[in-house]
Formats: sequence, structure tokens, C-alpha cells
Amino acid sequence: MTSDAIFDTVILIVLTLVFIVVAYPLYFVIISSFSDPKAVAGGQVVWYPIGFNLRGYAEVFKNSQVVTGFINSLIYTTCGTLLNLAVTLPTAYALSRSDFNGNRFVSIFYLVTMFVSGGMIPTYLVVKGCGMLNTIWALIVPGALGVYNMIVARTFFKANLPNELLEAAKLDGCSSTRFFFSIALPLSSSIIAILVLYYGIGHWNSYFSALLYLSDQKKYPLQLVLRSILVLNEAQLQQGTATTAEQLAQQERQRQLIELMKYSLIIVSSIPVMIVYPLVQKHFVKGVMIGSVKG
Amino acid sequence: MYVLPGMVITFVFSYVPLYGLQIAFRRYSAKKGIWGSPWVGLEYFIRFFESPYFWTTLRNTFLLSIYSLIAGFPIPIILALMLNSFSHKRYRKVIQTVTYAPNFISTVVMAGMLILFLSPRIGIVNELLSVFGIPSINFMAEKGMWRHIYVWSGVWQNTGWNSVIFFAALAGVSPEFHEAAVVDGASKFQRLLYIDFPAILPTATILLILNCGSILSIGFEKAFLLQNDLNLSVSEIISTYVYKVGLRQMDMSYSTAIGLFNSAVNAGMLILVNWTANKLSGTSLW
Repeated sequence: MTSDAIFDTVILIVLTLVFIVVAYPLYFVIISSFSDPKAVAGGQVVWYPIGFNLRGYAEVFKNSQVVTGFINSLIYTTCGTLLNLAVTLPTAYALSRSDFNGNRFVSIFYLVTMFVSGGMIPTYLVVKGCGMLNTIWALIVPGALGVYNMIVARTFFKANLPNELLEAAKLDGCSSTRFFFSIALPLSSSIIAILVLYYGIGHWNSYFSALLYLSDQKKYPLQLVLRSILVLNEAQLQQGTATTAEQLAQQERQRQLIELMKYSLIIVSSIPVMIVYPLVQKHFVKGVMIGSVKG
Repeated sequence: MYVLPGMVITFVFSYVPLYGLQIAFRRYSAKKGIWGSPWVGLEYFIRFFESPYFWTTLRNTFLLSIYSLIAGFPIPIILALMLNSFSHKRYRKVIQTVTYAPNFISTVVMAGMLILFLSPRIGIVNELLSVFGIPSINFMAEKGMWRHIYVWSGVWQNTGWNSVIFFAALAGVSPEFHEAAVVDGASKFQRLLYIDFPAILPTATILLILNCGSILSIGFEKAFLLQNDLNLSVSEIISTYVYKVGLRQMDMSYSTAIGLFNSAVNAGMLILVNWTANKLSGTSLW
């Protein structure tokens, strides 16, 4: 066996191990979510669903908190991402243009914010001062422009919108605004896709600003509902003193069902991300690569 | 005109809070406002330095950060190098797709999964241990385990995605180097060591500097979720403490002072590491 063959074999083995270590927990959550509560609790589910059924999912959709949270998160994610785009794209576009005068100033203006910040409380006080506490605005306005995403977009514009294009358009009597909307944006669908995904997933997965700024439980996004169920373990268990064996067994079944529901809940909460992820994985990676060219 | 909306928002939510930092030096009360609150100088900083929480949180933050960095930094590089030398294109794609996926799991779900898997009663991990006759362990309550859980779940979640940037750098290596090396009889391992590895070194250095600069700003989100009363002595880090003091105990000035101390240390670290890297390898952020 040559040293190259050994090398290939070692890599194959290591990568396969990596694959298993990463994939198995994900796979385990999926198969558990479709299994019988008793089998999950008893640790019998290992390779495939046992006693296939959808009771966990039924339980998830019966939970009004989860449903409200899901809808809230959809709203926050949609509005938040639209606002992100409305702010990020024009800024990135302006910074990509060499004939923009304030280029240096604006760049430094944003770079500074990457390194210094007022911290949790001063930011909280500003949000409070703006009267945004307990509203959707607190979640979507403060982070409307992600500097990193803006740099990615700027780099893209720089590389894909040559100056000649603008000059040609101007010669034909196209205004600067019209150029941005009718020529620049349609040519940039792939960067828009990248931004939508980065921002969108960020909104969908975030819980911290909601924890900080929202006090009304009806406004909680899904992630905060998940926190109370998965982490704080606050799913309702019908309490009561169990005396007879029958009642004890009933309670045990109830407990198992709640555990099962957690697996189903993880899957349900990941559905939006799971739908987009395979479709756009290429774009994601491209985004990192654009960003790394000039970060 | 294009840049105005973004600048206004950024000004309000990134620059105005900087101005609000002065409450760290005042005894802030909501009634009197920032200007009306009396100036107390360094009182809150001194209070923090003298409090028993100072050493605990500082130590926890440092240990958690450094452990994360040591475990989490080299592994994506190794993964990228291996993926790059892996000749099976199809299988490589599958591995990449799968290893990137955990990055998109939310922190809450991640914490939820950990708690489920590690549960003493029904968790799969204890189920597995019992096969080997090891008695059930309540991982989340075990102080000695907490850091390992935090760090290695992070490695699990982020390695794939963090390798993307190195993989991209490797894609930029000209195939001619490899061809020339093959002609000279270099083995695959030698090419990995002498062509690929040096190619990603600059990227790695820059990332290392940036990571060191944020050594005390380790994520609030996951640590907060994985905390419970039993592991608090190792899991209370500066950022979670800032949150509790500021928004649970409503001691805003004290909380801001702690946060400011934290940022100052970060800035110091960044400058120090950047200076060192510049001296050693000539790579620098600015």
C-alpha cells in the first residue's frame, strides 16, 4: 500500500466518522418525533421510528402558545427581513459606487460600530426611550443594518455592476434612482437571496431581543415559547395527587407524551429553515466567500 | 440619500447608547434621566472589583472562551484540509451539506436538544452509558461537565460552517503547485502540509486575531440557556451577570459598569493579540 492510499483511507474513515457524529443526533430527533411515546422514553428508538405515529405533532398543534409563537415569528421574520433589505441594499449600493463622495466617512461610521457598542443597558434605554418596548419595532429596527451583510452586498455590487453600465444608462437618459431600481436590483437577485436568507434565519432563530424587550406573552416569538417548553420545562402537566395505580400510570403516560412532543416541537420549529436550507445551500456558501474576499 | 436611513438607525441604536454609557459613572434613576442622575465616579467599578462575583465571572468567562477557542479553532481547519484532499466529489458534497446544517439550528433548540439527550431519566446518552454498565449521570447538574457540554456542542454545531471560509481559501490555490509537486514525487500528505496548509495560514491568522479580540464577549445566548441553579458556579459569565443585574435587579448603572469593563478588556486583548501577530507573522488587521 502506498502512502497515498493510506492517506486516502484515513481521510475516508475520519470524514465518515464526522458525518455520523453530526448526522446522528439530527436523525435521532427526527425518528423520535415519529415514534411511540413509550418507546422514546424507554430508549428503544435507535435506528428507525418505533410504533410510527403523529401524536407528538398533534400535541404540538394543540398547544396554543406554540401556534401563536409560530405566527408571531413568521410576522417578525417577514417584516424584519423586508426592513433589513430596504436599509441594507441602498447603503451597500451607494458605498459600492466610486463616485459617491462620503464613501470613506460612511465606511468608518459603520466599521466603528463593529468594534464598540454601548452594551445591553444603554441600548435598552434607547429602545425604551423610543417607545418601542413591547412592540415588534424593538425586534426589527435596532439591527436593521447588519454591517457584515452590508459589506457582502457592497462587494457583490462592486464586482457585478461595472461603471460602464451606469455610464451607458446615463447616456440613454436614465436617472440614478431609476438605474438602482430597474437595472442594479434586477441584476442582483443572487445577493438579494443571500441577504434574505442570512437575515431571515437570524430573525427566525433569535430569542434574545425578544427576551429583553417583550413582556407580553402573546407577542412572544416561537423561540421564546420553545425556551419555556424545552429549556425551562414548563409544559403543562396535569398535576394532582396520584393515589391509585391507574392515576400513576396515567401521569407517567402524560409525562412521556410531553417528552415526545419536545422532539416534534424541535422539528416543527425547524421546518421553515429546513425547507429553504437544501435549496439555497450554494448561495449561503457563496455569501461567505464574497465576504471573505474583502471582509 | 441612499445611505441616510441606515445611518439614522445605526446612529440611534449604536452611537446614542455610547453616549448612554456614562450612566456607568452616575447613579442612574429613570425618574431623573441621564443628566439628572448624580455623578459617582468609579463607585460601581470598585463595587464590581470588590464583589465576589468579579473573580467568579471573570474566571468562568476566560476559561469558557479559551477552551472554546482551543477546541473550536483548529478543527474547522483540519476539516477543510481533509475535505479538500478528499477525492470523492459526490460524498464530499454530502458531508459538507450535513456538517453545515447544525449551524442553522437555533440556540434555543440546541440547548433543548442537549437537555433532552443528557437527561438523567430518559436521555439517549445515559441510555447508551447504561449499556456499558455506567450509572446514570445528571449531566446538566454536574459542575465538572458544564464547560465540556458547552464547548463540544459548539464544536458540533459550528465546525462545518466555520470550515467554509478555509475551504474557500483552499479553492484559491493554483492547481499548478500541486501538479509541480506531483512531478517532484510529493505524496498527498506532503502536498497538504506544504501547499495547502500555508495557503490558509493568513486567513487563519486574521480569524484568530478576531477571535481573541472577542474573548470576553462569549455568547450570552447559549450560556444563559444552559444555566441552572446547580451549575451556576461555573456557568455564570460576565454577560449573563450583566443581564441579571441590569434587567432582573434593575441596577442599571452597576450593570453598565460591568459591561463597560468587559468591552475595555476585549479592546485591550484585540490590540495586544494584533500587535503580537504583527510582530510574529506580519499579519495585522490594520
